[in-house]
Formats: sequence, C-alpha cells, structure tokens
Amino acid sequence: MNQYPVWKYVLIAVVILTGALYALPNLYGDDPSVQVSPLRGAPIDDESRMRVTELLKGEGITFKSFEKVPRGMLIRFNNTEDQLRAKDLIDEKMGDNYVSALNLSPATPAWLSALNAAPMYLGLDLRGGVHFLMEVDMVAAMRQAGERYVSDLRSILRSEKVRYLSIAKTSSGNAVEIKFRNASDRDAASAIIRKEYPRLLLEPEERGGDAFLIVTISEQEIREIKKMALQQNVITLRNRVNELGVAEPVVQQQGQNRIVVQLPGIQDTARAKEILGATATLEFRMAVENADVQAALAGRPPVGTRLYKERNGSPILLKKRIIVTGDQIIDAASGIEQQNGSPTVFISLDSKGARKMADTTRDNIGKPMAVVFIENKVDTKRIDGELVKTKRKIEEVINVAVIRDQFSKRFQITGLDSTDEARDLALLLRAGALAAPIEIVEERTVGPSLGQENIDQGVASVVTGFIIVMIFMAVWYRIFGLVANIALTVNLVMIVAVLSMLQATLTLPGIAGIVLTVGMAVDANVLIFERIREEIRSGNSPQASINAGYDKALSTIADANITTLIAALVLYAFGTGPIKGFAITLSIGIVTSMFTAIMGTRAVINLIYGGRKIKKLAI
Amino acid sequence: MKIFNKEPSFDFMGKRKLALILSLVLVLISIASLATRGLNLGIDFTGGTLIEVGYNSTVDLGEVRETLEDAGYGDAIAQHFGTSKDVLIRVPPVNGKSNVDLSSDVLNALHAGPNSDEVEMRRVEFVGPQVGDELTEDGGLAMIYALFGILIYITLRFEKRFAVGSVVALVHDVVITLGIFSILQLEFDLTTLAAILAVIGYSLNDTIVVFDRIRENFRKMRKGTPVDVSNRSINQMLSRTLVTSLTTLFVLMALFVLGGEIIHSFATALIIGIIVGTYSSVYVASATALALGISKQDLMPVKKEGADDVEGVGDQP
Repeated sequence: MNQYPVWKYVLIAVVILTGALYALPNLYGDDPSVQVSPLRGAPIDDESRMRVTELLKGEGITFKSFEKVPRGMLIRFNNTEDQLRAKDLIDEKMGDNYVSALNLSPATPAWLSALNAAPMYLGLDLRGGVHFLMEVDMVAAMRQAGERYVSDLRSILRSEKVRYLSIAKTSSGNAVEIKFRNASDRDAASAIIRKEYPRLLLEPEERGGDAFLIVTISEQEIREIKKMALQQNVITLRNRVNELGVAEPVVQQQGQNRIVVQLPGIQDTARAKEILGATATLEFRMAVENADVQAALAGRPPVGTRLYKERNGSPILLKKRIIVTGDQIIDAASGIEQQNGSPTVFISLDSKGARKMADTTRDNIGKPMAVVFIENKVDTKRIDGELVKTKRKIEEVINVAVIRDQFSKRFQITGLDSTDEARDLALLLRAGALAAPIEIVEERTVGPSLGQENIDQGVASVVTGFIIVMIFMAVWYRIFGLVANIALTVNLVMIVAVLSMLQATLTLPGIAGIVLTVGMAVDANVLIFERIREEIRSGNSPQASINAGYDKALSTIADANITTLIAALVLYAFGTGPIKGFAITLSIGIVTSMFTAIMGTRAVINLIYGGRKIKKLAI
Repeated sequence: MKIFNKEPSFDFMGKRKLALILSLVLVLISIASLATRGLNLGIDFTGGTLIEVGYNSTVDLGEVRETLEDAGYGDAIAQHFGTSKDVLIRVPPVNGKSNVDLSSDVLNALHAGPNSDEVEMRRVEFVGPQVGDELTEDGGLAMIYALFGILIYITLRFEKRFAVGSVVALVHDVVITLGIFSILQLEFDLTTLAAILAVIGYSLNDTIVVFDRIRENFRKMRKGTPVDVSNRSINQMLSRTLVTSLTTLFVLMALFVLGGEIIHSFATALIIGIIVGTYSSVYVASATALALGISKQDLMPVKKEGADDVEGVGDQP
C-alpha cells in the first residue's frame, strides 16, 4: 500500500527539474551594461560596431561582451564605473544618430538562454522608473477629421466644377452641411462624393426652398479615424521615447483610447514628461524687421502682426500669416553641416507645404523667418464633482533664421549654438507633427533606491514568513511537517520558474502574493494531515490512514483552491498594473501548490512509509 | 503537536444566536461608519498627486511645510512615511497649474529648500480624476463579479443554500473589514482592494472546507439533526481552520513588519480579513445554511453518481 508507480516518480522529478532549470537564471544577477540604439535609420552594422569597440579600447575601458540586440547593440561591463565612462564616451563620440542608455542586463549564461530561460521580469515598482498612462483626446481627433473633410469636399467640388453656396460643419459638429442653389447641383455633388468617399453617408434635405446635402461620417469610418489617431500617437510616442535613451521602454495601446508608456530606470522624469506629455504643433511665420516692439508691448502691435516671446523671454513681432504648419512636416533631423561643421536641422515638407514654402521664400530672401512652437496642454480637473477639461496654449518662438535661398521640399536651419540645441529643435519639430492631442492621466514614478528597497523588503518578508511556517510545520506535524516543508520549498521554486517562463511582471503586490501563497500552500497539507490524524484516531491502521487522508482531502482541497482561483482570475481581469501582478503570483501559487502539496508530498511519504509494516506515524 | 488530543466538541451552533447578534452589531457599526465617515480613499480612487521624498537624516516636518508654503503649496499635506527620514506629500490640484507639472514643481521647491542636497525623490504618483473614477468602478465590479462567480461555482458543486451561506459570510467579512478601515481611517488604495479580494478567496476557502465536511457528514451520519451535523463538522475541522489561519497570519505578520510602508495597508486588510474570515466560516456560513433549512435530503448524491454512497466514502471527485 501507498506505493507510487515508477512513472509518477519520474513525472514529479521531471517537473521539479524543469522548474529548477527555469528558476536558475534568477541566481545569476545582472551585468552593468550600455545599450546603444540608432536614431533616424542610422545603421547598426559592422562598421558602427567597430567604431564603438575602437572607442572603448582607445580609452582602455574593458568590456565583458558585445552583443547584437533587436534595437541596436549591448555592451556589458565588469563594473558600473566602466559602464558610466563608456556611456559618456559613446554619447560624446558617436554623434547624434545614436543614443545610449544605461541598463542592467541579466547575466544569464548562454546555455540557459539557449533554453529560453530568463530571470523574472521586474515591474517598475521594483526596478525604478516611470509609468505613464496617456489618453488620446478622441473628441479633438474627430473634430480634426471633420475639418479635414470640409476642406477635402470643398476642393473636390471645386475641381469637379460643381457649384455650391456654402459648406460648413453643422452645429452639432458631427456632420458637414453643404448648401446648393438647386437640387440638380446637389445630385451631381452627391454622385461625385459617393464615388470618391464611399464611407461618407449622404442625405439630401430641403429647407426653406434651398437644397442641402448633409454629409455624415459612418460609424465604421469613425472607428477607423479613432484607431488611426491612437496608432499615430503610439508611433510618435515610440519615436520620442527612443530619443530619450531608455533601455527597455514599453509603449503599448491600452483599450480604445489609451496608451501605456513605461520607462524603466529613467531618473529625469521632468524631461520625460516634457517630451511625452505635451502635444505640439508648429507654425512657420515671417518675422517683422525693425519692428516697433515697444508699441506692441504697450498693446498696439502694427496691423497684420502679433507679439510673441522667444524662449529667453524677449519679445518679437511676427506676421499673422502662417506659411507652413506642423502637420506638413514629414521629417526633421539634426546633424552637422558639411561646409563649416556647424550644427543644423534638416527639415522635409510634404508637397503642399513645399509649394507654399517655396512661394514665400522666393520673395523674402534675406529676411528673417521664425518657427513658433505651440504646445497644447490639457488638464482634467474636478470642479463641483464634474470633470472639466481645461486647455492651455503656450506659444513660443523657438528659432529665428534668415532666409538664404528659395526653399524646396527639403531645407535646413543653421546657425544653432550647439548640437544639443539642434537636437532639441529637431525633436520639437518632429513632435509638432503629432495628430490628436494626448494627456497624461496617470503617472507612477519610483526612484531607484525605493525600487531596490522594495525588492529587499519583499525578499525579507518572503524568507521570514517561509522560515516561520517551516518551523511551525516541523514542530506541529513532525516527519509529515518536514515533508510538507520540502513541498513548500519546491513550490517556491516552481512559482519563480513559472514567473520566469511566462515573463510575467513581478511587482511588489506580486511578492505579497507569493508571501500569501506560502501561508496558504500549506493548507492543503494541513487538510491532509489533519485527516490522517482523524483516521488514526478512529482506529485505522497507519497505512490505511495515509491513504484515506490523501483520498478524502482531495476534493476539499480542489474545491477550496478553485474558488480562490476564481477570485484571483477576477482580480486579474479587472486589475491594473501592480494588482495584476498580485493576481498572477496568487494564481500560479495556487496551481503549483496543488501539485507540490498533493502529488509531491505523497511521493515522499510513500518513499518513507510505503510498502512496509508500520506501527506508528510521526504526525 | 496538537491543539486537541481528541475531537473537540464545542457547541458552536448552540451559540449561533449570540454569534448572530455579534455579527449584526459588527456589520451595523461598519455600515454606519462607512455611511458617515466613509473610507479614507487613496489617490488611486480620488485622483491627485502624491510625492514621497527621502532625506539622509531625520527631517523636521515644519521645515518641509514651510518650504512648500513658500512655493505656493500651502494646501499640501506633509507627513512622515514609515521613518522620520521619509516624507509623504499630498498635493491637491492647483488652479491654473497642470496636474502633470505639479510634482516636478514641488520637487524643485524641495530641492531649493533646507537640507536640499539630501532630498531624494522616492516615488511620485499622479492619478487623473477620470482614471480614479474608472478604478473605483472597476473595483466595485470586480467585487460583484467575484461574488457571482463563486455563487455559481458553489451552487454547482454543493447546493444553493450553501452558496447563499458562503456569500453571506463573504459579504459579512468584506463589510466588517471595510468597516474597520473606515473606523480607523486607514488609507484604502488599490492594493488594499486587492487584499479585500484575497480575503474573499481566503474566507471562502475556509467556508468551503467546513461545508465539504458538513456534506460528508450528512451522508455518513444516519441520525443527528442538521445542528448536530454542523456542530460535529465544525469541530472536526477546527484544528485545520486554526492551523491554516495561524500559518497565514504568521506570513502576514512578516509582511506587515518587514514588507515596508507601501504594503502596510495591504497586510492590515488581510490580517483583519483573515481573523474575521475564520470567525465567519465557523459561525456565519454554517448558521446561514442552517437558517435556510439545509437538510440531509438536499445533500444526498444524485443517483447517477453512485447510488451506494451510504458510507460517504466515495466523495464526489
């Protein structure tokens, strides 16, 4: 009695060994490393790799290894001192087309990596960093789309020579209303619009003797527009994040209108927020030469001009007419001018923008042109229980340059003071090409020291809780308690292994979940052991008692664990961030504890007591 | 070691009137407190900004407050967090100031204040009001879905009166735990909510184990009133209930003492919940099932599943 067939032992051994193998990477720690990523399509090839290697060797910095990673290259160092020196060196010498980021890379040995084994993925609350939740302003996205349709429809009707009296968005803002002289004009327009824009819904209307056409955007198209707005923002945010130089950034869509941005290890959150949080547009305007700034400051700007401020706060007068806006910019990049080696920014425009820019610059050679950067900050506040959105517009002249030549599709701004300035300007220009405005609706930043502290405290509580429970079990159930302790240890290894395999995010509440699991995992054993004691009390033989104890406790354990699992799954479905971490470790713990506490302990008990005559159990 | 050398025979169900009164009193006090004082909701639910900074040495809160006031944040609340070196600052929204910029502004002010070279940003949390509303809604929904999921599972596995009994016990536990949070005005944040849901799982675990035994005993014991059967079952499971609660409380104590300030309310909620849950699985759940008139017939296995189950050995798999 109480003997397991060999295959069960083999199965248990295989599961435990696999678990141990995948939990192993967590013991190796991290290497300080520098990750170098290319910007703006700069190459990561043998040549650039050679350059970095030469640079490091030239300065006598030793490195452990040099690896190709999906987003660039990763250089590992023996200590943080080398790491910091290397980063400074790379920043200085590799130019603007590469960004470097400090990182801690898992020092998993190659043979383990080959098995896809990796250490647990730590959440931001454990490794330090910033978490942002951003919301795309879909109302604004729809409004922009509406405006675009008005101008598109206007130009198509013009080019098709269909006469109309007026075209405008309706007061509700969801539709465009076109007024015609008569019904036949309207029908002609309908046919054209239907052909060109099959996704628009057209509805003729007669009002006060006039013929109207109401154009509405279909549900399908609305969904499409919103999806586009979200995706465009995700892409723009990704680009901006890349420029920040973060080792393992996460930019992900969440739900219908939100984007999660996670930047591990970022220290300067103010800069991150500045770059991510504000949505911006640009305007190119002519500056007024020899302007009477004093009069303007007194509130009397000359006709056709407006007063602006430069970044340093000094006032400047610009013409009201806009030459080109930010959405006409395709790309902007900083670099070094070939001829005199001064920092510069290269800008590319779309064809419409290029035409306008060419017209203006042709007539204004030798005159100053300004770039106005307009930031739209949105704030949601609660006023008298209502959510109120307030928008603030910050306008700032970021650059004034003299037009040297007629511009075309591509042109450059020179005369910048430093490469940093060029880089910031290019960044701002690109940022100005963002579609729908976004707002930071949640921020969670954890400093690096707190992250480490959280890990230490978490580990301390797991270990302490673990030891107390082990002592208790050994005292309470003697041999059986010791067996339960083995199971508990294996369970802990299994939880770590599954977490590592799934690469699920381990958070501080997640560690709390592990602690709780340690406490609850012994429950299955307590149920079994108490049942065995009961059986012995009612006069059964030790062997029969063991058997009955395991058999009868099984359904109870299953029921109890499944209900806890239901609660954990609900928690996972509804929880965000850290809470999900708790739900994950709790669920994993429940499942692995079923295996270790039932099959695992039974196997050991069978090995100790199985198949022989025993008078008394040490329970 | 054992708590009881032989099977204990406490008359739990005989005292169920007393327990009912105790539970009612506790629940009513909790509801009254929740209704009048409410919960001390953290910024996860209310929205707002929270900044934790650390100093190298003990810091005087008065100085910190003064610095904040000078920077125009007189409304900010500063308090020590865990140690006298850490300061937690809650900043209410300021008119004409971006929510997102608030934290940077406050940090800048502190960096310019006394002991400025020692200030270290430890944590910043900002939750916009729209997110807070959503989290509150999601939290409530999660609770309701969890309760329904459990209700359905127990109805399928046991019987609807047990299901009602266990859900009554759960609501009892949750209300009292929330009530204690309200009375003591402990901060209630997202992790506390997770702890409450874990309490649901735990308390249920306890209840199910007792129900399981009641079902088994109904099938096994030929005579005996439902009260006797319930009593006997609770007594049989008593040492298990106590041992498991004890081991869980041990680890929670470890978490409470060593886990750091952030995890404090989480550990507190679970400790309260587990104590209340242990009590409720003994009294509330079984008493409710009894009050609803649970009887032997309700629990006899359906014919198909094994008609000769008189000894109650072949428990449902």
